[in-house]
Amino acid sequence: MIWQLDLAILTLVVVAAVAAITVRDLLGAAIVFGAYSFMMCLLWAVMGAVDVAFTEASVGAGVSTVLFVAAVFRTTRRTKD
Amino acid sequence: MKIPALMVVLLTGGLLIYAAGDFPQWADPSAPAHQHVSPYYLENGAAQTGAPNIVTAVLADYRGYDTMFETAVIFSAGVVCFLLLRVSQREDRRELTYRHRIVGMTIRVTAGLDSPPVLEEFERLDRHWTPQDLIIRNGCRLLIPFIQLFALYVIAHGHHSPGGGFQGGVILGASFILLAISFDLRTALERMQEKVHGILGPVGVLIYAGTGALCLLLGSNFLDYGALAPLIGGDKVMARSHGILIVEIGVGIGVMATMIWIYNNVSSRGRYEEGL
Repeated sequence: MIWQLDLAILTLVVVAAVAAITVRDLLGAAIVFGAYSFMMCLLWAVMGAVDVAFTEASVGAGVSTVLFVAAVFRTTRRTKD
Repeated sequence: MKIPALMVVLLTGGLLIYAAGDFPQWADPSAPAHQHVSPYYLENGAAQTGAPNIVTAVLADYRGYDTMFETAVIFSAGVVCFLLLRVSQREDRRELTYRHRIVGMTIRVTAGLDSPPVLEEFERLDRHWTPQDLIIRNGCRLLIPFIQLFALYVIAHGHHSPGGGFQGGVILGASFILLAISFDLRTALERMQEKVHGILGPVGVLIYAGTGALCLLLGSNFLDYGALAPLIGGDKVMARSHGILIVEIGVGIGVMATMIWIYNNVSSRGRYEEGL
């Protein structure tokens, strides 16, 4: 494992996680959540859990982002709190 | 109220980080999690189930009961989306917009909405102005068959490489969602009607549970695929390998149908008229 790469990915995971719950724009939050899923997918792959990484990439980053975007498109883009 | 909540969150987070120090090292062979049944699976998995990918062997064979209910959970998520969102009445629209496919001219129809014109050279538009995105449409038209082929490979090759029913089913469903996004919902519904994906969801779960029940009928335990050997032919290991494949196909069908079901209901407000 290259520790510089690991550190960069872990930092991005934390940044994306905080951003996903603080961003006011729900469409942006959905996209940031997809980026978070991709970072987690890289982490799983680095740790050797290839099956989990595959699931994270297809379900977490792929389909759930699309479903979030569809839900945002049909409801509202702004949060109240 | 905000400050106590922040205090609780910080306290819990600090406790978690403090407790994480007591975890065993990453990939430590003497960790408690690697002492119980893991050595047995690693030593006997490939020989007993004929699946070199231990994750698939554990997921679909040793812990098949869990996976069956995971499929049922995904299916029930689709059912809940259907029950909450699906509306049977059509949207009350004053006017419909059509575009001539060849010329690109747009017309609005306001009278005689009871029977909207269905003509070959006219396509219905969802909004007042939709760009003719030739590149996106033809790019997706080229991509979708390869995505579906890859999904089938992932389902069928789960024994030897990462993947399996869940991932393959999600990718297969995503290809239909891509069709609905790049064209429109009506085009995607022409390829797979609501009835079809509504039936395929429970069929996937039934294939899984039915395989287990068949093992029960043949005088073995629930989901003990070794009992299928007289039906499939070959020895017990071969039967377990084929049993895993049948179950994975069931999971793939169920997950694919549920993903399409949820997307169609969410993106069209349950009316199945126009998507994103």
